[in-house]
Amino acid sequence: MTAMIELSDAQKSFVMHLQGGIELPVVRGVSFHVVSGECVVLSGPSGAGKSSILKMIFGNYRCGGGRIGIRHQGKVIDLAKAEPRQVLSVRRSTIGYVSQFLRAVPRVATIDVVAEPLIVNGTSRAEAREKAGALLRRLNIPERLWPLPPSTFSGGEQQRVNIARGFISDLPILLLDEPTASLDAANRAVVVELIEQKKRQGVAMVAIVHDDEIRQEIADRIVDVTSFAAAA
Amino acid sequence: MNAPAYNFAYLDEQTKRMIRRAILKAIAVPGYQVPFASREMPMPYGWGTGGVQVTAAILGRDDVLKVIDQGSDDTTNAISIRKFFAKTAGVATTTSTADATVIQTRHRIPEASLHAGQVLVYQVPIPEPLRFLEPRETETRRMHALGEYGLMHVKLYEDIARFGHIATSYAYPVKVNARYVMDPSPTPKFDNPKMDNCAALQLFGAGREKRIYAIPPYTSVVSLDFEDHPFNRYRHDAPCALCGANDSYLDEIVTDDKGSRMFVCSDTDFCETRQAQGHRGSESAAPHEEMVHG
Amino acid sequence: MADQEKDDDQPLLMAEGLGKSYGRLIACRDVSFALYPGEVLAIVGESGSGKSTLLQLLSAQLAPSAGRVSYRMRDGVMRDLASLGEAERRFLFRTDWGYVHQDPAQGLRMAVSAGANVGERLMAVGWNHYGRIRDTASSWLERVEIDIARIDDAPRTYSGGMRQRLQIARNLVTGPLLVFMDEPTGGLDVSVQARLLDLMRNLVSELGLAAIVVTHDLAVARLLSHRVMVMKGGRVIETGLTDQVLDDPREPYTQLLVSSILPA
Repeated sequence: MTAMIELSDAQKSFVMHLQGGIELPVVRGVSFHVVSGECVVLSGPSGAGKSSILKMIFGNYRCGGGRIGIRHQGKVIDLAKAEPRQVLSVRRSTIGYVSQFLRAVPRVATIDVVAEPLIVNGTSRAEAREKAGALLRRLNIPERLWPLPPSTFSGGEQQRVNIARGFISDLPILLLDEPTASLDAANRAVVVELIEQKKRQGVAMVAIVHDDEIRQEIADRIVDVTSFAAAA
Repeated sequence: MNAPAYNFAYLDEQTKRMIRRAILKAIAVPGYQVPFASREMPMPYGWGTGGVQVTAAILGRDDVLKVIDQGSDDTTNAISIRKFFAKTAGVATTTSTADATVIQTRHRIPEASLHAGQVLVYQVPIPEPLRFLEPRETETRRMHALGEYGLMHVKLYEDIARFGHIATSYAYPVKVNARYVMDPSPTPKFDNPKMDNCAALQLFGAGREKRIYAIPPYTSVVSLDFEDHPFNRYRHDAPCALCGANDSYLDEIVTDDKGSRMFVCSDTDFCETRQAQGHRGSESAAPHEEMVHG
Repeated sequence: MADQEKDDDQPLLMAEGLGKSYGRLIACRDVSFALYPGEVLAIVGESGSGKSTLLQLLSAQLAPSAGRVSYRMRDGVMRDLASLGEAERRFLFRTDWGYVHQDPAQGLRMAVSAGANVGERLMAVGWNHYGRIRDTASSWLERVEIDIARIDDAPRTYSGGMRQRLQIARNLVTGPLLVFMDEPTGGLDVSVQARLLDLMRNLVSELGLAAIVVTHDLAVARLLSHRVMVMKGGRVIETGLTDQVLDDPREPYTQLLVSSILPA
């Protein structure tokens, strides 16, 4: 089976110019791959660079070396060297990302926050909203909250909105950064279900999960990030 | 009669030549405003100094001059300009539209159709039709140069939005020779169609603004409008009270302080000619009859 | 839509080695980039960094001292803006391009009704039917959330936010492909800014507009743009995807800018 994601020897470090230009190595020698329908969970202690790796795969952090191969529209693109336009194209039609925190435009209604990724890809507003509604219902966000902007919601509600937004598209790759962190047991179960569903659809996933129980449930493979941790 | 202190028609020959060059250029580019070195005239701005300079520059000894103000030959302005040229040029003057070779006008075009060989000289207060929407002269000149006239329709749009129809009733913008948009001076829009394909040469002089423009004989002059709000020439719905004319532009004359009024031709020569031919209006026999029911 | 898809691989606007100097003062130097259809580029930097000069160069309002800007005309041919005649350039501004000024009074006719402000561009390209002009103006006012009852009011009676939305409607009515924006939310209250940003974001994505937005506000850049160019002392010092540059800034100055944002 062809890999959807293939990292080889990827590395990342920050240069902190405001702190006298010290170089802060984050990860190096990152090499692993993910195939369709597989969920790879990154493990390792806080600060080991799990989130950074996820952000590198999404093109949010620039890659300092090595290669991040992404299967995009039938071809492999190296995100470490891609043009901004290519990265945008990859994000539009290949990689979805559920971040830890919801970052939304202040005034936009929850239902539209969730529907947006579909609309961007050409789905009609009505259809996108219908799908968004179904997901929000499944994640137990009461309908009376849908017209409100999510900024006023509790942490758990915001996270569920964020998950709905991340899961709504049918993209072949999904990156999950602590999708269940502030959820109760019932909603955690819903997320696990959603992940199972994505697997059946052949989606390749990379996740960061702290909860051991959830990790057991969703992980097909575990990649220990500790070995990539760059010595300070 | 020619006062010895003045050159023929007041202006010196150099000035006339300069003005004639501007006029020739204006005729060559119909509707285009040609700058000229407007002179101080022995009358205040607003009294037709632009028209007077154009008239002075084109007047010959054989010309017959007619001067009208709002269609009338006998208002102060008309009389003083007529006398001015009678004195400084010694030319013959007339009140008859048909007999005149040069007609200087303020705010009207005579009702009788003009014939080839005649020149109609308009007094123009503000030559720039775009002025009220775009105050920058550099910008309006550029708009003329590039034929960007969307702004002119903005004015008409505003009229319709505000009054339900194009309420501009005088100085109604026209497009000359399918190129330049032009302000026809504050003539009523009733007169606009007379400018189109006219046999006479039409010259426009703005003294204070130092611009001359022209419409050569037989040039197309189209009033701007919208497809769904076409141009129409407005006229009071009444016959002339003196001559009974149904097709002339009318002045409304208030006859007392109780709301009585009558409508008479604004073109006095036209009206008098008709009366001399025996045409009669409601008021011509007993002009004070209206007082009874007033 | 299919045509647009096909054309997306060709840049809409290209800057090559662009520079502007006033005598010894260099306002902007050696700027090169390509902008593609539907792409929103933010130019960020402090006052005096050269970003406004750059915007004027890109929109052909200022002639460059060095380099050139080319734009793909509707016939698909890339043309050097300096080679366009004034008539062509002004035609671009009435049709293919929009320009949103920071001060709406500069982009609107303050004494003319809102309807005519929007309709002017249509009349400028030859629309000659009052009813259709008015209908189109009304639907645009609706799109920018201005009450139709205010269509005959002049913008001088409008609030700052309404004026800015009206300016946007006036620019978008002719279906431009590229919109230049100079600090579009500058001078507005925070709550008004949020509404305007949301509106602009939606319009830009619905209409597939390309835009070049000059702003000193990184939050505006984050919300509106796909890509960002950071300017300092007339040079582009860093460029990339907006979230990349803001979340993983590389240059010392960019790191300073990003770290100077007050937490919300």
